Amino acid sequence: MHFMLCFRQTDADFALEHDPDASKAYWGAWMAYVGALQASGKVVSGNGLLPPKTAAIVRIRDGKREVQDGPYPDTREHLGGYFIVDVDNVDEALEWAARAPCASTGSIEVRPCMTPPDTSARA
Amino acid sequence: MHDAARHERTGLTALSDTEWAAAERAARDSYGRLVAWLAFRWRDVAAAEDAMADALVAALEHWPRTGVPRSPDGWLLTAARRTLLQRRRHELVTRSPEVLAALEGDAVAVETETLPDERLGLLFVCAHPALPSAMHAPLMLQVVLGLDAATIASAFLVSPAAMAQRLVRAKATIRAEGLRFEIPEARERPERLAAVLEGIYGAYTIGSSLVSSANPSLLPAELAGEALYLARLVAQLEPDSAEARGLLALMLFCEGRRPAQFDQDGRFVPLATQDTTRWDRALVEEGEQMLMDAFRMQAPGRFQWEAAIQSAHCQRLFTGETPWAGIVQLYEALVGCHGGLGSRIGRAVALGETAGAEAGLAALTDVAEESVASYQPYWVARTHLEHKAGLQERARKSLQRALGLTADARIRTYLLTWENTE
Repeated sequence: MHFMLCFRQTDADFALEHDPDASKAYWGAWMAYVGALQASGKVVSGNGLLPPKTAAIVRIRDGKREVQDGPYPDTREHLGGYFIVDVDNVDEALEWAARAPCASTGSIEVRPCMTPPDTSARA
Repeated sequence: MHDAARHERTGLTALSDTEWAAAERAARDSYGRLVAWLAFRWRDVAAAEDAMADALVAALEHWPRTGVPRSPDGWLLTAARRTLLQRRRHELVTRSPEVLAALEGDAVAVETETLPDERLGLLFVCAHPALPSAMHAPLMLQVVLGLDAATIASAFLVSPAAMAQRLVRAKATIRAEGLRFEIPEARERPERLAAVLEGIYGAYTIGSSLVSSANPSLLPAELAGEALYLARLVAQLEPDSAEARGLLALMLFCEGRRPAQFDQDGRFVPLATQDTTRWDRALVEEGEQMLMDAFRMQAPGRFQWEAAIQSAHCQRLFTGETPWAGIVQLYEALVGCHGGLGSRIGRAVALGETAGAEAGLAALTDVAEESVASYQPYWVARTHLEHKAGLQERARKSLQRALGLTADARIRTYLLTWENTE
C-alpha cells in the first residue's frame, strides 16, 4: 500500500535550517531519518521542500487570477517535505511517521494514496 | 470512563489530588469488577460496557442532586442490569433462563466486595487464542480498565477510527464465537495465562520497538500505570502462578528505575550512568520480594528470567556494581526459553562486557538482518559494540541508522551527542 507522509514543520523548525548553532543537529536528525527510511527499502519517492516563504500561491475566483507570495497565511505548520512509502499497512506508515524529527515539534499527516480504479476493484 | 469522570471534576465538589487519585483507583477497580460481572453473566462484553457507560452517565446526572448513594456500586449495577434487560426485550437472541434469572435478581444494595471477582475470567477472554494477539492488550485496557479507544489508539500508534473498529470487531468475535468466560481448565491454563501475561507486558512495553533499547527500563510511560495495575491484579487473582509474579517483579524493577531515566534538565540518562539514589528503592525491594516468591515455586519461565536480569542490574543500588557474568548466564537461560529479538540483543551486549566486544558482535550477527531493518535497539547495541571494538567507521554508520529509527526526541538528542564522543 502506498501512503504519503507529509512533514509539517513550524516556523521555529524552518529557522533551525540555517541556525549556526542548531543546524547541525537539525540536519543530522533528518539525514539519519531519511537514511534509515531508504535503507528499509520502503521509499517510492520523496522530496524536501524549500521554506514556505519561497512559495507562490495561485487562485482563480470569478475568472480573476490571484497570485500571492508565501507563506500560506493563518497556518502554524507548513509542509516541509514528503515521502511516498510502500508499506504493508497503515500501522507501519504511522510507525515511520512517528520517527520523523518533526513529530515532536510539528506533525506528520499520513494519507493513503488513491489506487487506479482497476486495482481498487480487486482490493 | 476516566475521561468522562475527569470532565466532571470541576463540576463536583473539589477533591484534592490525593483524594482524586484514590477515587480514580476505586472507580477503576469497581469498573472492571462490575463490567466483568455483567459480561460474565450476559456473555457479551460490548453490551456490558455500554450498559455500564449508561449507568455512569445516569450516576453523574443523579448523584449531584440526590447525593452519592450508600452503595455506589450497587446503584451502578442495578442501573446497568436494568439497561441490559430493557435491551434484551428488543433482542431476538435467546438467552439461557439462568442468565436472565441472574440479571433479574433483586436489585439489592450490592457491595462490590461481595460480588464474585470475574475479572480474571474476563482477562482470559481478552487474551483468547481466537482473537488476534495484537488486540489482547487493547481489549484488556478497554474492557477491564475502561480506557477509551482514542487513548488506547494513541498509545499503540494506531488511528483512533481503526482502533475503535478493531475493538468492536474483537468484541463481536467474542459474542459470535460464544467464547467461554470461565477460567480455562487445568490442561490449557498455563498456555492461556501466558497469553494474558504477554498481553499485559505488551501494554507495558507499548512503542518499545520505536524508542526502547535492549534495556527495558527505557520505556514510554504512557500506559505503564495501567499495565502495572493489571499485573498486580493477575498476581493477586492467580497466586499460584510463578510467571505472574515474575512479570510483576520485572515491571517493578523497571518502574523503580524510571525516576532516573531523565535528569533534572530532561536529558536522557542510560542505565549504566543512572544515579541510583534517584531510583525508587521501595519498588525495587518489592520486586526482589516478588521474584523470590516466584522462584520458590520452582516453575521458571520467560518473565522470571527477564525479571532476574533486571534484578541483577538493580544490584548496583546495593553493591555499586553490575554483575555482568551473572547477567550473561541469565540471558542464556532467557534465550533458551524465549528467543525474542530483544533478549538476543541484550545477550550480545552482556557478552560484550564479559567476553569482549568481538564476542558481542559475533552474537549480534546471529540475529537475522531483515528482522532488524527497522529495530532501533539493534542498531544502538551494534553502535556500542563496534565502537568498543575500535571499528569507528562502522560504528558511525550504525549510529546513523539508530538515529533515523528513534522516535523519542530526547533519545535522539542523546544519540546525537554520542556521535561526537563514541
